[in-house]
Amino acid sequence: MEILDQISDFIQQGNMDEVARLTNSTIEQNISPQDIIDKGLVSGMGIIGEKFKNNEVFVPEMLIAARAMNKALEILEPEMINADIKSAGTLVIGSVEGDLHDIGKNLVGIMFKGAGFKIIDLGVDVSADRFIKTAKENTADFIGLSALLTTTMTNMEDTIKGLKAENLSIKVLVGGAPLTEKFAREIEADGYAPDAASAVGVARSLLTS
Amino acid sequence: MHALISTLIAKGPVVTDGAWGTEIQKRGLKTGENPESWNLSHPELVEEVPKLYVDAGSQIILTNTFGANKFIQEKYGLGDQIAALNKAGVEISKRAAGDKTCVFASIGPSGKMLLLEEVSEADLQRAFEEQAGAISEAGVDGIVIETMTDINEALIAINVAKQTGLPVVASMVFGAGKDKDRTMMGATPEEVVEKFTEAGVDIIGANCGQGIEDFIPVCRRMKSITNLPLWMKPNAGLPEVVDGKTVYNTTAQDFAEAVPKLVEAGACFIGGCCGTGPEFIKKIAETVGKL
Repeated sequence: MEILDQISDFIQQGNMDEVARLTNSTIEQNISPQDIIDKGLVSGMGIIGEKFKNNEVFVPEMLIAARAMNKALEILEPEMINADIKSAGTLVIGSVEGDLHDIGKNLVGIMFKGAGFKIIDLGVDVSADRFIKTAKENTADFIGLSALLTTTMTNMEDTIKGLKAENLSIKVLVGGAPLTEKFAREIEADGYAPDAASAVGVARSLLTS
Repeated sequence: MHALISTLIAKGPVVTDGAWGTEIQKRGLKTGENPESWNLSHPELVEEVPKLYVDAGSQIILTNTFGANKFIQEKYGLGDQIAALNKAGVEISKRAAGDKTCVFASIGPSGKMLLLEEVSEADLQRAFEEQAGAISEAGVDGIVIETMTDINEALIAINVAKQTGLPVVASMVFGAGKDKDRTMMGATPEEVVEKFTEAGVDIIGANCGQGIEDFIPVCRRMKSITNLPLWMKPNAGLPEVVDGKTVYNTTAQDFAEAVPKLVEAGACFIGGCCGTGPEFIKKIAETVGKL
């Protein structure tokens, strides 16, 4: 549908006003909110995310695209409730204990939100206990652990060990500048993503596996 | 050019200092603790760090004030101690410096993003004014605005720092993009030079983010379009975790061996960032001494 392609394009350009205008007209045209999300918003965020991954665009482009997407989701919220649209999954996310950095974590949250996930953002300096407690209370599918510092990334293991001790099957995704695939394997994380755009794909593959 | 800067660079490349955070951690600061709070609680231990750098051959040392701004300190409940934290930080470095070493005070990023509208330009400006005011009152030889990822935030800090009349260094983090030559926000070395020159900085720099080899092309590109002196503080390579401990793979010797190439690329001020320590500064000083 042409209007959905246009929404996708304007999401990629981060043109919030046009995204809002077109989202309102899709509602008037009785296009299903699921289609608007999948073929407009998620499609647009997916393309910009891919460009980010390939170093063709940088953080600012991602942020303005995300802002446009959030605006559309706000407009669509009542429609989504009426149509009983289920989220793609629930992610509890935060920067690990001792780490006050949140830019990377915020970007990952944006990408998941754009892909239709419910996000519970615990902010920075989050203890393993708080991650686990919140994930249990919200029957989350994933816990996303972020760290920018080499001195704090080692705290990621506490959450993974805590989940194992309680025999919980919530999957743990890890990421952050100093992390490597090898480190993620060593601490037995379920998934590792080198950048925000890849994280959603990793989560999806874990859901289907 | 500030008289101090021309005097400093007249005799060849100037040796600055290395990392502070890891050195303070060696003295008992815990991960996640507030390094700047130690200026008030453990000044004698903090002072050991710049003393080591002075002994190793630093001609300029910085101060333990990188995160002493309102936004970061509020997270630790010290948002009302900005003046005291900065004053104590400057005094510590001045004691260590004696009269032979210059003290340039460090100003780091706020940790808030303008683009996400987490903070307004006016609030950022007020926060930097508070910090720069305290630093300038305590008396330093210059101000280093460092580890910046957003040019716009750096420009606000630069304008504020310039008001003090002190020489101002402004240094960005590069390392994003496929050629590792962009800032997190995608800016190129050329864009940084252009904007910083327009803002009237005295010295343009790059620090953190990557190892010395990757600094060389960034430095060369800056040099090709500016006559302003360049300030380079690379990391000791990229960190790896071995048995739960963080290890940087570049040794002081490796680092020092790359220094002549960085000088040739146009660096006037050379030191280190994450993973570098007094041993690195000693080797850099020896290398620079032979050039």
